[in-house]
Amino acid sequence: MPQKSDPELLVKMAEEARKGRLSRRDFMNFALAAGIGTSMASGFWTTKVAMAAPKKGGTFRWGIHDGNTSDTHDPGTYVTRQMIFLAHQYRSYLTMINPDNSLGPDLATSWEATPDAKQWTFKLHKDAVFHSGKKVTAKDVVASMNHHRGEKSTSAAKSLLTSVTDIIADDDHTVTFKLNGGNADLPWLMTDYHLAVCPADGDGIDWKSGDGCGPYKIDSGEFGVSWSLSRHDGWHGEGAYFDKVEMTILNDPNARQTALVTGDVDCVSLVDLKTLALLKRNPNIAVDNVPSGAAITMPMFCDTAPFDDVNVRQALKLSIDRQEIIDKIAFGAATMGNDFHLAPVQPYFPEEIPQREYDPDKAKSLLKKAGAEGLSVSLSTADSVFSGAVDMCVLYAEQAKKAGIKINVVREPSDGYYSDVWLKKPFTAVSWGARPTPDVMFSLAYKDDAAWNESHWQNAEFNKLLLQAKAELDQKKRAEMYHDMCMLMRDDGGTIIPFFNNFVYARRKNVMHGENLAASWSCDGARAPSRWWFA
Amino acid sequence: MSDVLSIVLKRLGLGVITLFVISVLIFGAVEMLPGDIAEAVLGMGATEENVAAMREQLGLNQPAPVRYFDWLSGAVVGDFGVSLVTQTPVGEVIGPRFANTLFLATYAAAIAVPVAIFLGVVVALLRNTLFDRVANVLALTSISSPEFFLGYILILYLSVKTGMFPAIAKISGDMTFLELLQRTFLPALTMVLVVVAHMMRMTRAAIINLLSSPYIEMARLKGMPAWRVIIKHALPNAWAPIINVVALNLAYLITGVVLVEVVFVYPGIGQLLVDSVTKRDFTVVQACCLIFAATFILLNLAADVLAILTNPRLRYKK
Amino acid sequence: MNYFVIGYYALLIGASCVAAQYGKRGAFMALFSLTLASFIMGIIGGENWLWTVTVGAGVVALAAGTAFSFREFLAIVLPREAAKAIRTAPLTASFGLFVIGTYAIAGIFAPIIAPHGEAEVIAQAFEPANEEMLLGADQLGRDMFSRLIYGARNTVGLALTATIAAFVMGAFAGMLAATIGGWFDNFMGRVADVIMSIPSLIFALLMLSIFGTNLTVLVIIVAIIYSPRVFRLTRAVAGNIVVMDYIEAAKLRGEGLWYLIRREILPNSTAPLIAEFGLEFCFVFLLVAGLSFLGLGIQPPTADWGSMVRENATLISFGEITPLIPAGAIALLTVSVNFVVDWMLYRSSGLKE
Repeated sequence: MPQKSDPELLVKMAEEARKGRLSRRDFMNFALAAGIGTSMASGFWTTKVAMAAPKKGGTFRWGIHDGNTSDTHDPGTYVTRQMIFLAHQYRSYLTMINPDNSLGPDLATSWEATPDAKQWTFKLHKDAVFHSGKKVTAKDVVASMNHHRGEKSTSAAKSLLTSVTDIIADDDHTVTFKLNGGNADLPWLMTDYHLAVCPADGDGIDWKSGDGCGPYKIDSGEFGVSWSLSRHDGWHGEGAYFDKVEMTILNDPNARQTALVTGDVDCVSLVDLKTLALLKRNPNIAVDNVPSGAAITMPMFCDTAPFDDVNVRQALKLSIDRQEIIDKIAFGAATMGNDFHLAPVQPYFPEEIPQREYDPDKAKSLLKKAGAEGLSVSLSTADSVFSGAVDMCVLYAEQAKKAGIKINVVREPSDGYYSDVWLKKPFTAVSWGARPTPDVMFSLAYKDDAAWNESHWQNAEFNKLLLQAKAELDQKKRAEMYHDMCMLMRDDGGTIIPFFNNFVYARRKNVMHGENLAASWSCDGARAPSRWWFA
Repeated sequence: MSDVLSIVLKRLGLGVITLFVISVLIFGAVEMLPGDIAEAVLGMGATEENVAAMREQLGLNQPAPVRYFDWLSGAVVGDFGVSLVTQTPVGEVIGPRFANTLFLATYAAAIAVPVAIFLGVVVALLRNTLFDRVANVLALTSISSPEFFLGYILILYLSVKTGMFPAIAKISGDMTFLELLQRTFLPALTMVLVVVAHMMRMTRAAIINLLSSPYIEMARLKGMPAWRVIIKHALPNAWAPIINVVALNLAYLITGVVLVEVVFVYPGIGQLLVDSVTKRDFTVVQACCLIFAATFILLNLAADVLAILTNPRLRYKK
Repeated sequence: MNYFVIGYYALLIGASCVAAQYGKRGAFMALFSLTLASFIMGIIGGENWLWTVTVGAGVVALAAGTAFSFREFLAIVLPREAAKAIRTAPLTASFGLFVIGTYAIAGIFAPIIAPHGEAEVIAQAFEPANEEMLLGADQLGRDMFSRLIYGARNTVGLALTATIAAFVMGAFAGMLAATIGGWFDNFMGRVADVIMSIPSLIFALLMLSIFGTNLTVLVIIVAIIYSPRVFRLTRAVAGNIVVMDYIEAAKLRGEGLWYLIRREILPNSTAPLIAEFGLEFCFVFLLVAGLSFLGLGIQPPTADWGSMVRENATLISFGEITPLIPAGAIALLTVSVNFVVDWMLYRSSGLKE
């Protein structure tokens, strides 16, 4: 490599960095290797890459997909994007996922565990206040967490906190979680969108009023229609550059797109992938395409014929052409899956595992070995699973024909898909939101006794490793264990993972954001209003 | 006149029975839907325990007939209960949205009805000419295009390309009336396109149907100009079928606009109903359906009464 | 000014003069108003608009030519009686017949006509048209033309079956109610009221969620939704007939209920029923397309025009014509059906001027 310290290289690298392909650390390292001085590189970074400092002001108009008129403020039943996006504005969490996907402080400023990871202590921010002016204390945190625990709880996050035996307020600004087994990931769990901190009210919490301690407070709004928020001046965090935020629920893809094109909104949370290429041609619009840990899975019941034979499962995994599916269904906006439920953007991703390719011949021979030639199976799906779900299954059925497998695609009603089809039919298509760590995901859907073990997969070795890794605080050992678990899922498990979908959202060009975009939710981890600004 | 009054009373009585039957049917249908409210609200987050807890909280453990009669005993005194999901009174949930729906329907009707009747008369006058044929083709094309598609095309030409009207009909309380009309013009126009054709064709057919009657022949032989024959002699006798079709279409403007609401992001009652069905929110579904049914019944009643009032023969029955 | 514009006006004015010379008032008025309108359009929109008019006129002329030839063809091929009827048919009706015939052939012989399979993936997504694919590829790289042909079979088959079912149910119930009268009439009237009072889309949504989305359920539900309208119309028409003297006479003759309906009432109430059929056919199409929009409807990968419009509808915002093709197919068919219906109505109503 010719050692040139010319500005061209620097400009090129800055360009890469601006596109988010290079982090600040990498940028500095490369710059030093290229013979550019630290101060110069650093200066260049701040002026060219991070651009001008964020400016305050303006009203951020945000078009959002997936809102329902019968949503509520109850954090235990948050399910639509409307509520997830809104929750990150008007409420706060103990921890948050930073734009670079590391774990950072929110309401908690620091946290530490006992060596066995069975007890975690969080220190709270001393200046945090609710919109009503009340101070945020440990009592509020305890009440908010208990909202998701106990027999009477109707919270969807109940299963997340089953290992928690007790939550204690040590003083006004210290909270301790006691667990029945070691869990190295508890601080990560605290970023779950259900676990928002609400003001305590008697024994429970006051969720009805919509009071919270997030960066923006609700001025007015209607579920499933729109919300107006304005900046909460007493917010404990950094950012919140916009004066006001207006969220509008735009469920129809065409409505979102035209609203953005005509300038009725500044940003939309989801773009119709079919028109992505056409939208990119618009000079006023910038598209953000962010890889995520949100997976599309196709679980097969490992205890039901014909899927009880591992050869059949492998054959089905080999007869899917992932590249064609990514090209045609996700229009390139996806990361290829490898039949284990961990994405490259997530912690502990095992890079050494080879990619599984489309190989209908090998699938055929496996079927022969299993004595299941001329296999015919039904694959259930629905339009609501994700945009293109039905198309994906139809395409898969076409690809599997080459391996001699007949797949009947059954389009189930969207309404009630997750209560009547998923976990009930032996072969389905499912869309999973990203979970912060592999442990959460694996315990949720691959552990032998998990309620959502969608593939009915029982693997003793996997389950043993899962328990060990959970309490392991040594990062290197832990990474090895996750590698082994992924191999087991890939070669024995009952889940086909075609791809991890990217978050694809678009904004008007005058909306600016930092170098990285968080991969936990669309629009910078659902925190665009508190992290972005107007040029 | 007492005839009319007795008809109205009788029809209102029948209407109440119809509403009752509908409420039973809707309750039954919602009960038969796969999954229940607890599962629907918790979605993918449903586990057996929290579903059970929520069922208990909402009183779903009681047998279905008990729940129905609980609801009915409230409904007969005007208390339609609270939304099962949000726990707010149904009136508060539905009220503002129904007002929005009524506004949009009125807006569309105010354009559609005069236009349709005027065009109907004109094409009846110019029947079998080029104009008639062209109007016919355009009318048929507009009814046979899916309404969401008409909406998309209107958005493309009147909003994206020319910027004359906003693409999303977002409305708020502090808008002036003119602003409101401008904001909601595209959804209203879509609905106009959907209903105009039907009414226009019926007007045309009803008038042409009468043209071979002897008294029209007479008027024509008298040397009366064709347009006067139609306005003075044919139209008054054609009112009954026209009013009927108009009523049917008005009902459609109120009850059948879910897709238009979705496309233009208009906060009307249709979207609320679909969402409530998804969430199995029985009280809201029931209230919406009853409002729709009552609208339909009242409009039909009004149509029949008007038909009687415009036709002396029906008014003074032997 | 170029040759196109000069030729354009010369042709229009010349044709107007010819029309005036031979005393064709209607043709003259149409041509000359087009000329005047063209002046205005030419000033506002320039040459492009005139081109659009020319292309439009060409399409209309082509359609008229097809209709004319097809009418002549039918007149020669068909037996004497039918030929006589067909000769008097307006061009619109013969155009309608032509389109319906084409669709019928396309639907019946779909597997032979379509160059590719209904679900066969042969190309990249949205590949433009080439010799292989007449209309290009859809979002999965399936041949659009083949899917359109198969769609004729599936969509039209479904809509036709449902409309016929609605008519059989509605018309039969209507005539029965009119003939029997009394409590039965009242009861059926209430049943129809109840069904009509529930918005059709919601009714379909509820029923399809309960019984699952398969073709049979879809047809039955659509038929149930539309039968009350047919019922009310039939009831009204038949109500006027049952009070006629000839029915009275037949009753006195001791004819049975079935005879009355079949031989006396039905033949006298076909005209309004046929007229209604054309419109109902459109509405059934719309309902099925609307259901697809809500994610209920025909199972994939079955080609269906409604779903084809829905799947690609967002492309219209960028001026892509892909979704217009199936939408156009729906529009063309419904217009044609109504042309034929208008003609039949005209014939049977005895309104001849």
